[in-house]
Amino acid sequence: MSRHDVAVAGVGMHPWGKWGKNFVEYGVHAARAALADSSIAWQDVDLVVGGETVRNGYAGYVAGSTFASALGWNGARIATSYAACATGAQALDTARARILAGMSEVALVVGADTTPKGFLAPNAGERWEDPDWLRFRLLGMTNPAYFALYARRRMDLYGATPEDFAAVKVKNARHGLENPNARYRKEVSVEDVLTSAVVSDPLHLLDICATSDGAAAVVLCSTEYAAKHGIGGGVRINAISTVTPTFPNTVIDMPLLSTDSANAVGAPEQTFKEAIGQAAYDEAGIDPADVSVAEVYDLSTALELDWIEDLQLCKRGEAEALLRAGDTTIGGRIPVNPSGGLACFGEAVPAQALAQVCEIAWQLRGRATGRQVEGARVGITANQGLFGHGSSVILSV
Amino acid sequence: MTATPAIDGWFTTGPDPALLGSRCTMCGTVFFPQKVGFCANPACAGEEFEETELSRRGTVWSYTDAQYQPPAPYVAPEPFVPFALAAVELPEGLVVLGQVAQGYGVADLHVGAEVELVVEPEHASEQLIWRWKPVVEMGEEADQ
Repeated sequence: MSRHDVAVAGVGMHPWGKWGKNFVEYGVHAARAALADSSIAWQDVDLVVGGETVRNGYAGYVAGSTFASALGWNGARIATSYAACATGAQALDTARARILAGMSEVALVVGADTTPKGFLAPNAGERWEDPDWLRFRLLGMTNPAYFALYARRRMDLYGATPEDFAAVKVKNARHGLENPNARYRKEVSVEDVLTSAVVSDPLHLLDICATSDGAAAVVLCSTEYAAKHGIGGGVRINAISTVTPTFPNTVIDMPLLSTDSANAVGAPEQTFKEAIGQAAYDEAGIDPADVSVAEVYDLSTALELDWIEDLQLCKRGEAEALLRAGDTTIGGRIPVNPSGGLACFGEAVPAQALAQVCEIAWQLRGRATGRQVEGARVGITANQGLFGHGSSVILSV
Repeated sequence: MTATPAIDGWFTTGPDPALLGSRCTMCGTVFFPQKVGFCANPACAGEEFEETELSRRGTVWSYTDAQYQPPAPYVAPEPFVPFALAAVELPEGLVVLGQVAQGYGVADLHVGAEVELVVEPEHASEQLIWRWKPVVEMGEEADQ
């Protein structure tokens, strides 16, 4: 659809969970699965882009060379990306740019990580210049507390209820039941959510996603290469948006203690999250009405509702109505998180944006067994991370 | 011994405490915490900032609480006591997070409610921290 299309030759994952292994092992597993899916030999890959592991919100282990070495040096060029939750998409964008420039033919993009249990905490030591340290030291402001601010705002402004948030979890739990890569594959009831402990009012434990080990990989190639070798099933990436915010960013963002001020320069027309989606639509040359399936970052149940509106899949304040009508369930008008989302996976940061792309690719190929969105033609992903990172990827078939 | 702020240069103490922001001398944009270095306005080349006290009253953008003990470096009392948090929109056009004043919880707040800046001791230290306290208008109190 756009002049910037590249072909998705293959996708693969290592199942999400807590497996106690090294991130390299997960990454290589996912990479081999994606290569097998693409029918392209590792020796034919000329670029490897790795998503750097994420440690306490900051970059961790360099990944491009790590995965290239673990797969067996083949002379490919390498790159490493760090963009918090958008790491995988930024890695994909790097690969796409070289392919579109004609400088690479086949690229392997890999993201993998391990994560500790419990609240994500900041780096050790006294870090008085680091907002990620200060928010814990001065306020005791955890990640779920930020999610809860957004959730409460939906309740006070749009009449959302804790039952609505629970219904998102119920839906996603059902979506993920048959997904072999999901960590949690169990039905959850509204009552289960509402009787789980409140972490940060109004969010319960089951409203908030866990952290997981996991890995995802995507093999990209030019559309010419895909056509010549008959691979990829026609799935293309039409857009990768990794735009940063526009000053002043007036929506409070983790891990900051304040927003920019709009006193001298007025707030931009679109919020950061809205701009992430809009840039993807603009690049792909499509409208929100063209989208048949979406994978969005449900760090909390309420955030899924925010994203539905940020991506213009409905008007502001109407996501609850969509949810209640079953429109976001598989079989509905615009299914959201057919993979089960973060609710079923838990977050493995550098792998997550790639996992969203893997799911959309399977959906567009009609190979999402047990969770297929019938007739899916266009899919969109969305996520946002720390420090002005975020991404949205549009795929079509 | 006089109690000291948990962090230097972020707020004043005394009877009418205020957050200490700064204003770019070139474009007028206000920052909290105080800006050093370069103005964040992409259209401004400013590198100088004047300290400025932010308005003591604002409206609640949103609010929540911490019902589980946050990890270090948060210093928690033993046993842990839950506390509320608020994001507050100030007339200067920015939102500032803060804990909610001692004795108030989420039930005392709603989006758009008026709050005032206070300074109180931290939960588990003698050091002072800024907090947001709900403003109860005359007459409302009698209704409750």
